[in-house]
Amino acid sequence: MSKVIKIKQGLNINMLGAAEKIIKKANQADFYAVKPTDFKGIRPKLVVKIGDKVKAGTPLFYDKFQPEVQFTSPVSGEVVEINRGERRVILEVVVKADATIEYEKFKVGDSKDEIVEVLQKSGLWPALRQKPYSTIANPQDTPKSIYISAFDSAPLAPDMDYLARECEDCFQKGIDVLSKLTEGTIHLNINADYPASDTFTKAKGIQINKFTGPHPAGNVGVQINKIDPINKGDIIWYTYPQEIITIGRLFEKGIYDATKIIALTGSEVKSPKYFKIINGASIKNIVSDNINEGELRYISGNVLTGSKISHEGYVSYYDNQITVIPEGNYFDFLGWANPGFKKHTASRTLFSSLFFGKKFRLDTNVNGGERAFVMSHEYNKVFPMDIYPVQLIKSILVEDIDKMEQLGIYEVDEEDFALCEYVCTSKIEVQSIIRKGLDLMRKEMS
Amino acid sequence: MKSLRRYIDKVKPHFEKGGKFEILESTFEAFETFLFVSDKVTSKGTHVRDANDMKRTMAIVVLAVVPTVLFGMWNVGYHHFMATGQEGTLLECFWLGFLRVFPIIVVSYVVGLGIEFAFAQHRGHAVNEGFLVSGILIPLIIPVDTPLWMVAVATAFAVIIGKEVFGGTGMNIMNPALTARAFLFFAYPSFMSGNAVWTHGMIAGEGIIDSYSGATPLAEAAAGHMANLPSVAEMFIGTIPGSIGETSTLAILIGAAILLITGVGSARIIISTFVGGLAMGLLLNIFAVNVFMELPAYQHLLLGGFAFGAVFMATDPVSASQTPKGKIIYGFLIGFLAVLIRVINPAYPEGVMLAILLMNVFAPLIDHYVIEGNIKKRLKRAKVKA
Repeated sequence: MSKVIKIKQGLNINMLGAAEKIIKKANQADFYAVKPTDFKGIRPKLVVKIGDKVKAGTPLFYDKFQPEVQFTSPVSGEVVEINRGERRVILEVVVKADATIEYEKFKVGDSKDEIVEVLQKSGLWPALRQKPYSTIANPQDTPKSIYISAFDSAPLAPDMDYLARECEDCFQKGIDVLSKLTEGTIHLNINADYPASDTFTKAKGIQINKFTGPHPAGNVGVQINKIDPINKGDIIWYTYPQEIITIGRLFEKGIYDATKIIALTGSEVKSPKYFKIINGASIKNIVSDNINEGELRYISGNVLTGSKISHEGYVSYYDNQITVIPEGNYFDFLGWANPGFKKHTASRTLFSSLFFGKKFRLDTNVNGGERAFVMSHEYNKVFPMDIYPVQLIKSILVEDIDKMEQLGIYEVDEEDFALCEYVCTSKIEVQSIIRKGLDLMRKEMS
Repeated sequence: MKSLRRYIDKVKPHFEKGGKFEILESTFEAFETFLFVSDKVTSKGTHVRDANDMKRTMAIVVLAVVPTVLFGMWNVGYHHFMATGQEGTLLECFWLGFLRVFPIIVVSYVVGLGIEFAFAQHRGHAVNEGFLVSGILIPLIIPVDTPLWMVAVATAFAVIIGKEVFGGTGMNIMNPALTARAFLFFAYPSFMSGNAVWTHGMIAGEGIIDSYSGATPLAEAAAGHMANLPSVAEMFIGTIPGSIGETSTLAILIGAAILLITGVGSARIIISTFVGGLAMGLLLNIFAVNVFMELPAYQHLLLGGFAFGAVFMATDPVSASQTPKGKIIYGFLIGFLAVLIRVINPAYPEGVMLAILLMNVFAPLIDHYVIEGNIKKRLKRAKVKA
């Protein structure tokens, strides 16, 4: 079969609090939310108001730019809150769940048009995203190929093989549905370092690619870059195993059943485990009584790319993980000269670098002030694509569209630069710069 | 420490906008963050950050320079006693050197940091730590009897013209420390070259014994006096005349080890610079028409400021090439040109400074071609597919 693709540059941040492989069924949460901020580049238009009754699969809002793409409620119940942020941007549409969930019934078909229509109506279309720009796929496009990253290499990431192991049928059904949407190959990328779940290896209609190496080997952008890099004009779609399983369930049962498994991880979780939840659930039930004292940061997603939520916040649409770490709002006396047995660094400027395999309790302190670019080699060490990261970032900062294109902006995404941001000695916010570049490019091309 | 923190929190409002000492805001921030790493937490992007920051990085470079500083101080005393026909103990040599070198370091830091603080305040930026390194490097690459006012003028020139006019640390084209050295070299040549400047007291000329020449091995070699060259061991350990910190290849290699182990210095640049020097040395050996050209290639690496330049100057991440491939070309050419200038050009007995400054200027060009290669590859890929 296919040869193993080796990722050399990268970094595994060894953190405390990996989830133990036990799946607990969480008590059903009272509140669920769909967050427009999870989806890049959309302009939400509400279709419900406070007090409306909804079923699982009833639209809550749609995208102004692609009105046919609906965002639906994961549970049945009553819309109780619409939280807005600055300039009245919609942040969360909150639904109070019924005790037993009622589902909207969808009629599923076999042709491409029917598939697209039911995915859009049920609220599962956003599960398909495209490169470049990492926005929701455009139903008018036919992608060159579809990529599925079936392993997550981020810090404390859940084991996808474990999540998907009991859903062979739904997964296969999902793959069959996807295969109608592209004329190209469906790539399923697995980790070569350990045996993958049968769900993946026995799936039909896909090409399996094996990867080995440190994070970001699990990032789909990196995988595409190694298999068949994106050129100007190419459109690639990508998605992840849990989304495919949900799509599979939709086509098997005709309902939007947003059940998924997430990992509760992080050094401040007393017993990190997996939980079966419904997408968009409030984390209140799963974190209560299970976390340490102190000022904490709750993250939907991993520590590199996740989003900050409150202790009663909601799981984001695409996330398979909740991470809880301590806040780092303390002053460190002569911290820059501290020998650093407890802190983590990708360089070797701390004594902790001597202890291989040590697991760290990382906090949210920035560990320094923001400076101009000085160290020129550190990004390259954690950035495995054939792209010059610093030069690309600089071209974005000066908004040089031509240079951005020449230097490979179509191939990248913020998450690919998360490690660059982590290691940056100058503490530059690299991911937001890349997002700015992608948005700029998207505007320019449309 | 809590009381110190409390005190800082108490006086801080005076230094913020609208406070009594608003004009010292950047300076206050610099000292505050020197004492306490800020309590700032991540707000967007990654939630955790590497523990390494600019202060730590620069502190490690300064740490790497310490062996050469200590050896340099001792060597100043050692040569002074030798020149005056006296015997000095280890401690006496060191103390004499300390008294000579320490004021130079103080002047370099006070002048340089003073200007940095003023510019940071003017721009409303935080003070960048880059000068912590430049400030210790400048004293190490000048002769010991350089008058303090010259050190001050050269440092001011280097910081203002070499760095701040380009936008401060991170934006400069040339290495600031070498800019200072080059300024001195061209503005005050009588204090920077010749045989008398390298040993403390020789310019004044009191009590110097006749048999002591004070010439650097490089000058001897350039003049063709191969018989006067010290042994290889002496050149390696560094008991030879020269600029304050450049003589001991051993101390420099200790520094290099610190830079490489911590990953702060670029191994690509250091190694390729040495390789470049060796290559030119061998080339000169093959086409040798005089005794200097016959000097064994490896000895070039021990002479003059070659090792110091390769380890502490060429590796400056701002003025060096930024791309991995570019770094190798950049380093190689520094070594290559340094030895070429040194041997072929009769006017400058030392080529390292000029070679590095020259390559500083060319580094963006090297990067341009390396990146252009990457761009072409991408275009070609798109065409093949299309």
